[in-house]
Amino acid sequence: MTQGAGSQDAPGFAAYGQSFPPPVVEWDMDRIEGEGIEQLKWSAQEAFPDPEIDVPEDLQNNIAVTSVDALLNWGRRNAVWPVAFGLACCVFEMIASAMSRFDISRFGMEAMRASPRQADLLIVSGTLTWKMAPAVRRIYDQMSEPKWVIAMGVCATSGGPYYQGYSVVPGVNHIVPVDVYVPGCPPRPDALIYGIMQLHDKIRKYSVSHAPAGGTR
Amino acid sequence: MTTAVTGNELADTVQRRFPEAVEEASEGALRVAPDAIADVCRFLREDALQDFDLLSSLTAVDYVEYFEIVYHLTSIARNASVVLKARVYGREAPALPSVVGVWQGADLQEREAFDLMGVTFTGHPNLKRMLTWEGFQGYPLRRDYLEPPLPYTWPQGG
Repeated sequence: MTQGAGSQDAPGFAAYGQSFPPPVVEWDMDRIEGEGIEQLKWSAQEAFPDPEIDVPEDLQNNIAVTSVDALLNWGRRNAVWPVAFGLACCVFEMIASAMSRFDISRFGMEAMRASPRQADLLIVSGTLTWKMAPAVRRIYDQMSEPKWVIAMGVCATSGGPYYQGYSVVPGVNHIVPVDVYVPGCPPRPDALIYGIMQLHDKIRKYSVSHAPAGGTR
Repeated sequence: MTTAVTGNELADTVQRRFPEAVEEASEGALRVAPDAIADVCRFLREDALQDFDLLSSLTAVDYVEYFEIVYHLTSIARNASVVLKARVYGREAPALPSVVGVWQGADLQEREAFDLMGVTFTGHPNLKRMLTWEGFQGYPLRRDYLEPPLPYTWPQGG
């Protein structure tokens, strides 16, 4: 700030005769500072727009900022697609829960997929025999990650009344890892829907930074 | 209502055709010799007066001393039914002729009886395990069947 505002326009130049540049004095410095402040003040009447998120005009009011976990789990939770697959009498309760009276489409679970590759959820509904077990395991293996399993009914949970039977798997957790057990023989659609909501709560707790969602053995 | 033909009513007819075949005739059923069962069945199906064209059921019962094979025959045209029985002795290899040549529907039912009871039907075109799997040990519906001990079974067997 030695020669700063020593131009010919500077006020009070004439007071110093022809000497150029004029000697810098304290009074001048204060005045120059004041001019700068004035200039900044009047040029800063409009606030800068926030530079972090530049939302195009047509997307305004449609954007929310959240964490990756919350977003992923929200999406997974509300679109859990089951495999269209049933083993025994429990499957009729599963079908009934998809019909209009109980209507699991309220939870985004009505899209029963005929292919395990499009599905997230395996509802093992009914008695699983050892002869059927390889097929169930194969369906589970064909499902893409992340995937979940509900054991529906007491037969799928533990073998149920056939626990000591020569042909019945004593619980499908001998074949595939199970996330939610729904008791009942068969469970009413209410119970299955409650099991689905328990699964929703479970999915809500997953995190991409920890174990992957939908565990595998 | 379907007429239930008793064993007594049918005994004379069968006896005239197969003198050695009838072992016992009762109100409920006609018991014939196991070796003659296929011939008797063919006669009952093809004879115009009998006309039992449907095998409703074929099953086996374990009486420990012997196995009894039970045939429920139905005539659709006559709206009549009758029960045939045949006893086979011995637990090692009980065997009797197959009736698949008479009724195609006997195929799966004989396989089921073979699978669960261990009764061999000679002449069956495809006699192998159906409800259990190849390599299954024993015949699970027999009275003396015990499941081999596994981690989830009771110590005394299933």
